[in-house]
Amino acid sequence: MAASALDVPQATGSQGEFREKLVAEGLLLPSSVPGVTGQGPAFVALRHRLDRAIDRLLANEGAVAMEFPPIEPRHDMESVGYLTSFPQLAGSVFAFHGEEAEALQLGEKAHAHQDWSGHLQAAGLVMVPAACHPVYPALAHVGVPAGGVTVDTGPAWVFRHEPSDDPSRLVAFHMRELVRAGSPDTVGAWRDDWRDRALEFLQSLGLPAAFDEANDPFFGRSGKVLARSQRAQKLKFEILVPVGGDNPTAVASFNAHSDHFASVFSLGADVHTACLGFGIERCVLALLFTHGLSFDDWPADVRAALS
Amino acid sequence: MTDKILAVLAEHGRLPVSPDSLGDGDDLYAAGMTSHASISVMLGLEDAFDVEFPDRMLTREVFSSIASIRAALDELAEAA
Repeated sequence: MAASALDVPQATGSQGEFREKLVAEGLLLPSSVPGVTGQGPAFVALRHRLDRAIDRLLANEGAVAMEFPPIEPRHDMESVGYLTSFPQLAGSVFAFHGEEAEALQLGEKAHAHQDWSGHLQAAGLVMVPAACHPVYPALAHVGVPAGGVTVDTGPAWVFRHEPSDDPSRLVAFHMRELVRAGSPDTVGAWRDDWRDRALEFLQSLGLPAAFDEANDPFFGRSGKVLARSQRAQKLKFEILVPVGGDNPTAVASFNAHSDHFASVFSLGADVHTACLGFGIERCVLALLFTHGLSFDDWPADVRAALS
Repeated sequence: MTDKILAVLAEHGRLPVSPDSLGDGDDLYAAGMTSHASISVMLGLEDAFDVEFPDRMLTREVFSSIASIRAALDELAEAA
């Protein structure tokens, strides 16, 4: 059964109309749950075109490829404080450890669509909420070289529990991140340089992209302190593009972590980290919203950039 | 009041030094208080002083020193 409208943030502006068109054209394949959306062949092809364009953008970056599954150890999420900052977005895996009699009860409840969660226990696993998260413990394992390192996560599945009717706000989506770890001055310069390069890249795809300072959606009243602190210190930037909503949608973000991840995972005394992430589905949706639903009708220079 | 603030900082600030060793105007973040610790301090202060910080006080600056915390609590006490 679909969640009721009351449970779900309502689409604003022409987001709902845009979503209906995407579904009608077979670009998106909706499920019974808002934000859990499959992708039809034309959408998948566009995602791959975008990934190849990002490959070319990164050609001279010397980034090291690291890929991870969309689940990570619960302990890592606990260590970085994610459950303090974003308890509302986290996804935790629970599994069945009981005996046969209890399994029967679980099965019967599930078959009747009753609540069977009481039969499960935390499995020590959580959904990866950002593609960069598994990179930091991995860097602790392989070590950060003296000159620093840049990691390319590739397009990785991530999870945020924020179901919505806005086609740009998905519960699970691809995020491609670049992570820089190194000395504080080089990491800061890297992030500022990439902010400009990423903006130019998205503008070269014909997107009316603009850059702005931003904050994460920290939870609750206490989260306001974190959000304002993040803004005051200019720790987060976003690139925004109109995708049908009352406000433009963030399609890429740039985050300075200072020594937060470096200290949690002991990456070195003078190591800072920063990351830049492209929301792949949001970039594709921004392209579709800007240029129309058929790639063949897009401007020639945009098609060439996405060859 | 300052003693009570120091007790909250000792319990929630996760500082690498004793709060007693800090000056009134010393920057608590510079002394090693993380952003996450600062929100524990905020909730700890609300509990200890039975107040609720209004929206405009939910900033990094308010929790940045013993003096700034005391000024915010003084203001709330006067308004009460």
